[in-house]
Amino acid sequence: MDEILEILEKDGRASIEDIAKMVRKKPDEVKKIIKKYEKEGAILKYKAVINKDLVKDNESEVRALIEVNIVPQKDLGFDKIAERIYSFPEVTSCYLISGTYDLLVVVEGRNLHTVSNFVAEKLSCLENVRGTATHFLLKKYKEDGVILKHKSDENKRIAISY
Amino acid sequence: MQISKVVEKMQPSGIRAFFDLVLGMKDVISLGVGEPDFVTPWQIREAGIYSLEQGFTSYTSNKGLYKLRLGLHRYLKNKFGLDYCPDEEILITVGVSEGLDLVLRAIINPGDKVLVPVPSYVSYGPVTELAGGTPVYIDTSKDGFKITPKLLEKHIDKKVKAIVLNYPTNPTGVSYRRKELEEINRILLKHKILCISDEVYGDLTYDFGHTAFPTLPGAKKNTVYFNGFSKSFAMTGWRVGFACGPKEIIAAMTKIHQYTIMCVPITSQIAAAEALVSGKRSVEQMKREYGRRRELMTVELNSLGLKCSRPQGAFYIFPSIKSTGLSSMEFSRKLLEEEKVAVVPGTAFGACCEGYIRISYASSLDNLKEALARIKKFLEKRTPRA
Repeated sequence: MDEILEILEKDGRASIEDIAKMVRKKPDEVKKIIKKYEKEGAILKYKAVINKDLVKDNESEVRALIEVNIVPQKDLGFDKIAERIYSFPEVTSCYLISGTYDLLVVVEGRNLHTVSNFVAEKLSCLENVRGTATHFLLKKYKEDGVILKHKSDENKRIAISY
Repeated sequence: MQISKVVEKMQPSGIRAFFDLVLGMKDVISLGVGEPDFVTPWQIREAGIYSLEQGFTSYTSNKGLYKLRLGLHRYLKNKFGLDYCPDEEILITVGVSEGLDLVLRAIINPGDKVLVPVPSYVSYGPVTELAGGTPVYIDTSKDGFKITPKLLEKHIDKKVKAIVLNYPTNPTGVSYRRKELEEINRILLKHKILCISDEVYGDLTYDFGHTAFPTLPGAKKNTVYFNGFSKSFAMTGWRVGFACGPKEIIAAMTKIHQYTIMCVPITSQIAAAEALVSGKRSVEQMKREYGRRRELMTVELNSLGLKCSRPQGAFYIFPSIKSTGLSSMEFSRKLLEEEKVAVVPGTAFGACCEGYIRISYASSLDNLKEALARIKKFLEKRTPRA
């Protein structure tokens, strides 16, 4: 992977100037490359990774992983039915997987009921959906490579050494 | 109690007091650390933990676990095409530090001289003295901190038994291309001077491939090669290094090692063996990260007026602070007291390094940027306003 992408994947807020210095290119050039990635869709968006356990408000969310068994459509395979499913705003991720089930759908909702309602009233009733198994998420330990534990600032190295 | 005369003569120097000052201070951003800021990759730590659960708590053979020596044999063969026999030519040591002590004690007779290009890592001279030898320091500060054939020839006489090379170099980040090393090797072979090659930063070479000294023509029988797990696998605290060389030297080193150390802790050896199997990807990732920080530091320090060349390896950069008119020690002390940024005065690595400081960029990008901002403030205070 290009170094610029590597830097941005780690820190979406890295400045053009800093990136330019790190990869030994002119800022204008870096800007152009990033624009190109954005246009091509290689960079889709920039966002913060939030540890929602530490956000103290009442809008806590429930998340469920739903295994969905579907009947593929002639000529279209799974794509069309997947699109019908992932277009629901409740769906935050949707993957086609190998194994017993076909789609792994991640759904987020205000509470248990909203998620169950979504499964019962929207997902299960779709024509090509043969069955579902819903797993409610109890605790998040690590997400997208980030360990969701409050980091201590404790420095384990001694401050000065040869 | 009368302390040994050799030990008494060893320099405690002002550096120690400066180090104590740093250690006693809170909220310091330290660019003075000589170890990676990554923790040991998990798969390596896990192997250590698992070995404890399985009850591997005993001694190992003096030379080190066969599994680890065999792993090193393969590793060196794949990486450099070097063929060291795991039974007779490889010794596992407590870091490269122990290995250097062993080799110097193994080869030195009273009156023997050992060449030490400076600036250098701090232990080479003192350990030579402890072994009864005389270190001969070669000032490289006027040659871009590199030992050149000319400088080398100038310091050779009949009493010179060995040279300690270290590249990529702590504290300068300088390294050598194959061609340069070939010339040095030719001279060493001509004068029958043993090459003690400390290549612990070898995996952190950025602009060109690292040349292991024993891969040079005719060099293998005249070189003791040192490397370790500390820097490349971020395993400083595990204390595992290794020495490879001609079997008679390794045998002599093993003799001393068996009486003084016995063996490297088994947990560390098992973890090190795992590092050879699964650590390669982590090393690559760390190297890329260091490489980027190096670019940033080179640009920023030069733009602050602290001139430095772009390091080719390790995680150190060695800027000149002569423009400030301060000595290395004054600069470091004042920077610490006024801006709470710790660096190591160049003089710690040789008297010829007055006017330089060592900055370690084994620190997070955020830390580096904050430290640079503080250094900038520090320098601005000293620039007389027009």
